[in-house]
Amino acid sequence: MFTLPVSKLNDLFAAVASTRKLYLPVDDEASGHAEYKVWHEGVTLSNALNTARSAKDFFFPQTENLVDFKMEGKTIEVIDTRTESEDFVVFGVRACDARSFDILDRVFLAEPVDSYYKNRREHGVIVTLACTRPEETCFCTVFGIDPTNPAGDVSGWIAGENLYLSANTEKGEAFLSSVSKLLAESDDEAVKAQQAEVKEILKKLPLGSLDLTPFKPENLLKLFDSKRWKDLSEACLGCGSCTFVCPTCQCYDIRDFDTGHGIKRYRCWDSCMYSDFTRMAHGNPRLTQVERFRQRFMHKLVYYPSNNEGIYSCVGCGRCLAKCPISMNIAKVIKALGEEA
Amino acid sequence: MDLETLIPKVGVVTDIRIDTPDVKTFRVVGLDGNKLFEHMPGQCAMLSIPGVGEAMFSITSSPTNKEFMEFSIKKCGCLTSWLHMMEPGQQITVRGPYGNAFPVETALKGKDLLFIAGGIGLAPLRSVINYVRDKRDQYGDIQVIYGSRSKADLVDYQEIINEWMADPGVEVNLTIDREEEGWDGHVGFVPNFVKELSPDLNKTVLLCGPPIMIKFTLAGLKELGFTETQVYTTMELRMKCGVGKCGRCNIGDKYVCKDGPVFRFDELDELPNEY
Amino acid sequence: MQSEMIKRAKELLASGEVARVVGWKAGEFDYDITPGVFTTAEELDSAFLYNDLCEANLSKYMIAQSRKEGKTLVFLKPCDTYSFSQLLKEHRILRENVYVIGVPCDGKVDVDTVKATGLTGICSMTSDGETVTVKTLYGDSTMSKADAMSERCINCKSKKHVVYDELLGEEGDVVADNHRFDMVEKIEAMTPDERFEFWRNELSRCIRCNACRNVCPACSCEKCVFDNEQSGAFNKGASDSFEENMFHIIRAFHVAGRCTDCGECSRVCPQNIPLHLLNRKFIKDINELYGEYQAGENADERAPLNTFTTEDVEPSIVYERGGKQ
Repeated sequence: MFTLPVSKLNDLFAAVASTRKLYLPVDDEASGHAEYKVWHEGVTLSNALNTARSAKDFFFPQTENLVDFKMEGKTIEVIDTRTESEDFVVFGVRACDARSFDILDRVFLAEPVDSYYKNRREHGVIVTLACTRPEETCFCTVFGIDPTNPAGDVSGWIAGENLYLSANTEKGEAFLSSVSKLLAESDDEAVKAQQAEVKEILKKLPLGSLDLTPFKPENLLKLFDSKRWKDLSEACLGCGSCTFVCPTCQCYDIRDFDTGHGIKRYRCWDSCMYSDFTRMAHGNPRLTQVERFRQRFMHKLVYYPSNNEGIYSCVGCGRCLAKCPISMNIAKVIKALGEEA
Repeated sequence: MDLETLIPKVGVVTDIRIDTPDVKTFRVVGLDGNKLFEHMPGQCAMLSIPGVGEAMFSITSSPTNKEFMEFSIKKCGCLTSWLHMMEPGQQITVRGPYGNAFPVETALKGKDLLFIAGGIGLAPLRSVINYVRDKRDQYGDIQVIYGSRSKADLVDYQEIINEWMADPGVEVNLTIDREEEGWDGHVGFVPNFVKELSPDLNKTVLLCGPPIMIKFTLAGLKELGFTETQVYTTMELRMKCGVGKCGRCNIGDKYVCKDGPVFRFDELDELPNEY
Repeated sequence: MQSEMIKRAKELLASGEVARVVGWKAGEFDYDITPGVFTTAEELDSAFLYNDLCEANLSKYMIAQSRKEGKTLVFLKPCDTYSFSQLLKEHRILRENVYVIGVPCDGKVDVDTVKATGLTGICSMTSDGETVTVKTLYGDSTMSKADAMSERCINCKSKKHVVYDELLGEEGDVVADNHRFDMVEKIEAMTPDERFEFWRNELSRCIRCNACRNVCPACSCEKCVFDNEQSGAFNKGASDSFEENMFHIIRAFHVAGRCTDCGECSRVCPQNIPLHLLNRKFIKDINELYGEYQAGENADERAPLNTFTTEDVEPSIVYERGGKQ
């Protein structure tokens, strides 16, 4: 384990940013939120627990160009616009978002591999930061995530006056050695003490005892046919807030845009909550909001685990709890369906 | 190989056949005049006109055809309307092949096969029918029951009359929904026709057509004594991105793009009724 | 008030006058209240709730609920009745299928406002009308209710119900002396470049979740042009960021003269974009150019943008009357 005084954080950021782009959570005055922004001299790390948008944007951006076409008469030219991603570092990712990358990997890196995602994934180094002040909406522990011991290429802790860093991957080792001049070796006493302290807070989390046992593949049809979906979804506005702030939601649409000089084919986030999500020329298999609402939660709690060794595609970050316009959310769904099961 | 999934190849439409008032069959090759890629019967390809959109179509031609691919496409949306306006020589983009295939090399091998299709539902089955005809000695009896609204709406009518019906190893039963002049064949809906014909119970069935026709035909087959493990269908209409990632094609925990589009009815039975 | 409301709802359900009740449902942390539909006395007893934290405007739900069999009882706060009345004017709600009970409101506590004060880990939040008591994972605190309200409630335009079948509690008055256009004036005072920069910055955060549109009582089109592939304006994800901005500006134009200024758009925005300011600019302009007008206030009155009079300003006059762009 290595350490650096918090007072020298700026030097660390400057050293990292001298060789590649460094992103970190920064307080945004206009929104009152923390958001990932590019570091430059004068930018300071936010104290907020987490960013309003998740960290998935780094690998799966809201919109991205896939390919260009030039059309002339009857001919089509396909222009591959892909370029090698720049190297970048994301500093200050929390344990929940760090887990979300594993969940996204299982989608985008499964055959056939998504080269756009893979390209960015390979060029990004994730430096996590352990949580010290969880929110009431946090329930990552339910999914077996330890917020005091976040994953990532490098795990980080800010305890007292010091930042502690420990590499977990080759990329992480390389990162630490690139800034080794600033770091000193250290024991993990301070980190351990902090972990013990935060674990006491975790015990008090109001959603820390959500029971996931009913959510298993064997119960797929039973859960699907639950009578509760109707009343749970009754007030759902059919907006995409929950899906867009979610670190694991990865549904997308592919669209063409005529620039006047050619066609840009781009990919953008899409939401299963939208009324036309599954609409195609033949019709729509999910005609009402009940079906769309059910799809989102069944996907996270049953379908995804069924295809991925029981891993849920929710990380308990609590963003959807904080952002849903009608305060309906996965915690309420887990409780309601659990009562029934 | 860098398996590039979302960047398509350019194909040239070399021939356009008018099948019915709303179905055309497009012959597609690569820029070099050769087939764009190999596939198995039942697999699909994503066709696109940049600026209009992309959509998934089953590959209608048999893999045994080494010269070109064919797609029989019904005009029903924005992209298909555009495709129907094309003239030969037009380039389109193609990516694929996608999805599983009818198990022609495994479960169907050596079996007596019964193909039941309604309307444009013949498109995905045509690939299999011609595949097994070309490998005739590897399969048992072949029977095709096919119906459409009218004679003019029978897709591939010339091929059916001139090739399939002329093939001694193939039994073809055609039907149209309503009587019309110049038609002395069977009149009536496919589900009833199947019951009337009462095909042999040891046949394996490949069923494709409009949802309502599938529903009643399956019920009819069950009445006759067929079991769901004997009947295959294809759900390619649910495919969107083709690679199982965009999140639309799932029926319960099964992804039509990855686990399908070909399913056996007993597999579908275990899934939520959302298709 | 809550017990009175539950009592009336039970009576109306029991007599068969209404088949269901639309109100607010309790959540996990006092503040995460969900609009809900109640059909039995037991459901009302166990989950129905009305207090200083019930922020959601329930009027838009009546578009769908009024098309169900039997009458629906809905509880509306004063500002919600403006939206309801506007929806009636637009023939979106079947009035004969709705039983409206007006309930008083003296401003709602807004959890985002409370969180903005720096409190974290809020497990419980209660208001006695004067003081808000907040219990968090890290200790308890209190604040005055005025400090816990969002801007829309601080600048409340009316405590008077414009439509109801029955009223519970005391009726209030229109608040003539509200300061809801203060921020609009500040933005008007900016130079065009500053103003452009201000909105580009605010709108750049949009994640295009459509929460503003879907919650908006004035956005009741069955198919939004932005969702319609044939409209020529179809746009789901922005192919460039400027388009994203246009979405909000076009939406503001479309609700101009119909927006009652209920403020739900800004409340639900997950990115805290002050969208209501766009709408307020239109309201202010309409007031200045066509005479004072409050959408939803009067269901029979014709809207200024739908009515031609010889007094109407010409574009050139708009410029002459101050030239406020």
